[in-house]
Amino acid sequence: MSLRNAVSLRMFSRCYMTLIFTLLYVPILVLIGISFNDSRNPFAWGGFSLRWYDKLLGNSNLMEAAVNTLWLGVTAATLATLIGTLTATALHRYRFRGKPLLNGMLFTVMMMPDIVMAIAFLALFIALGIQLGYFSLLVAHATFCLPFVVITVYSRLSGINPQLLEAARDLGASESRAVWHVLVPALLPAIASGWLLSFTLSLDDVVISTFVTGPTFEVLPLRIYSMVRLGLKPEVNALATLLLGLSLCLLVVSQLLIKEKK
Amino acid sequence: MSLVRNPFKTATLTIIWGWLILLVLAPTLLVVLVSLMPESTGQLNFSDLSPAVLWQGFLSNYGQLISPVYIGVFGHSLWIGLITTVICLVLGYPFAWMISRASPRLQPLLLLLVIIPFWTNSLIRIYALRTLIATRGLLNDVLMSLGLIDAPLRLLYTEEAVIVGLVYMLLPFMILPLYAVFEQLSRATLEAARDLGANGAASFRHIVLPLTMPGIIAGVLLVFLPAMGMFYVSDLLGGSRHPLIGNIIKGQFLEANNWSFGSAISVMLTMIMAFLLLAYYRSVKLFKREATL
Repeated sequence: MSLRNAVSLRMFSRCYMTLIFTLLYVPILVLIGISFNDSRNPFAWGGFSLRWYDKLLGNSNLMEAAVNTLWLGVTAATLATLIGTLTATALHRYRFRGKPLLNGMLFTVMMMPDIVMAIAFLALFIALGIQLGYFSLLVAHATFCLPFVVITVYSRLSGINPQLLEAARDLGASESRAVWHVLVPALLPAIASGWLLSFTLSLDDVVISTFVTGPTFEVLPLRIYSMVRLGLKPEVNALATLLLGLSLCLLVVSQLLIKEKK
Repeated sequence: MSLVRNPFKTATLTIIWGWLILLVLAPTLLVVLVSLMPESTGQLNFSDLSPAVLWQGFLSNYGQLISPVYIGVFGHSLWIGLITTVICLVLGYPFAWMISRASPRLQPLLLLLVIIPFWTNSLIRIYALRTLIATRGLLNDVLMSLGLIDAPLRLLYTEEAVIVGLVYMLLPFMILPLYAVFEQLSRATLEAARDLGANGAASFRHIVLPLTMPGIIAGVLLVFLPAMGMFYVSDLLGGSRHPLIGNIIKGQFLEANNWSFGSAISVMLTMIMAFLLLAYYRSVKLFKREATL
């Protein structure tokens, strides 16, 4: 390749990457801009203002849904992390019957379209006579987050020296003590990033929540969904900006955790 | 090792098996069962199910699937998914290659920029897009002030808007697996090809394309499969006139209250998924064998 060709290729690369990133980010950045705009017309700049944030705090429906969503996210992520970590440990450490089936089920959860999983949960809860609400959401969210925790933790487990655990056992620790005192501390970054990923997935979910939610427990995505369908609401922009900030913080934390792993 | 009683192991395995059987296996089988039941209206009635009843249910529910109306709707939905996938591939392939060739110092930053949208709430991203392309939105404002158009374009509630929305949501899922294969593609391989006399097109056709094929297929699956189910994208950007399979399933469950038919559609969707995954495994195996030859 001649020098001139190489230079023009590099120029083209730069332009192309800038274009794609622009397309990915313009909508989000515009939304953030609008949320600080004093004017009711979103695209006429009326000066910097926090009035929509003020209005958001005054919208008790929206705030209640936000609290519900955060609580659901925290509890579902914790449950998924707990079971996911146990699953990864078992898959890594034990030999047992039906391992391919277990792997297959985890893979199914990951690849199955959300909508199919959603109706499966709905049918199950109705068949068992379980009231739709916080509990059904918790169980469903924990389940669809589970494989992501398993993958995150499992990949870290393969980097741990198995003799550490054997040494603890030889020194007289019971299996549960050995796991808790030796394995868990070594796995902590992976466990934490699995939790963060689960929390994000739970906050993001629209499809499954639509089906397994009940009238007693309203979550934020569904509240936003019904508001947005009716038209543009300035306080939703403020809320969106806050949520973006939150996800960005979580992402940075999880990236730092991954770095630490290496 | 397992000759010694190990209560921790027993407890762990019980929890995992219990959870997965109750919440993954049972519901999946339940959907298949519901899809064989005669039309049910919100209440599942398992009391008088006999093979004959199930056979009748099977004929009526799956028969409805192949009626011209639904074949048209499915075809339309698959078509939207296909176009979305092709656009993502065409945009994502060179993009992933460029990231993999960027300086090692820059690569983590570029990857982070691809991942950020994945961590942002998808509903909010669709809402942002909607704000932008609304009839009195920013895009029309800009185009009009540049004098490119005289009257605002109707961009929202079109098929194109749904496709743009899906591409916007799913592009990172195409880029990441492609990046993973490009990263492993060593420069040495390409240089060897050039030394042996291959020109650009030949080395792409015989080296780059086969070696990146697993990434292409993984990306295609990760885009195509979710695209079928994202009912909120077509709801918010396409109105009710451009339904995806997800919209139809949702309608059967939450509006028409015909759970049996909704389940039959889901079973069909799952079969399509399973078939594509199977094809993926076969092709990956095939390409691995070719690569080692």
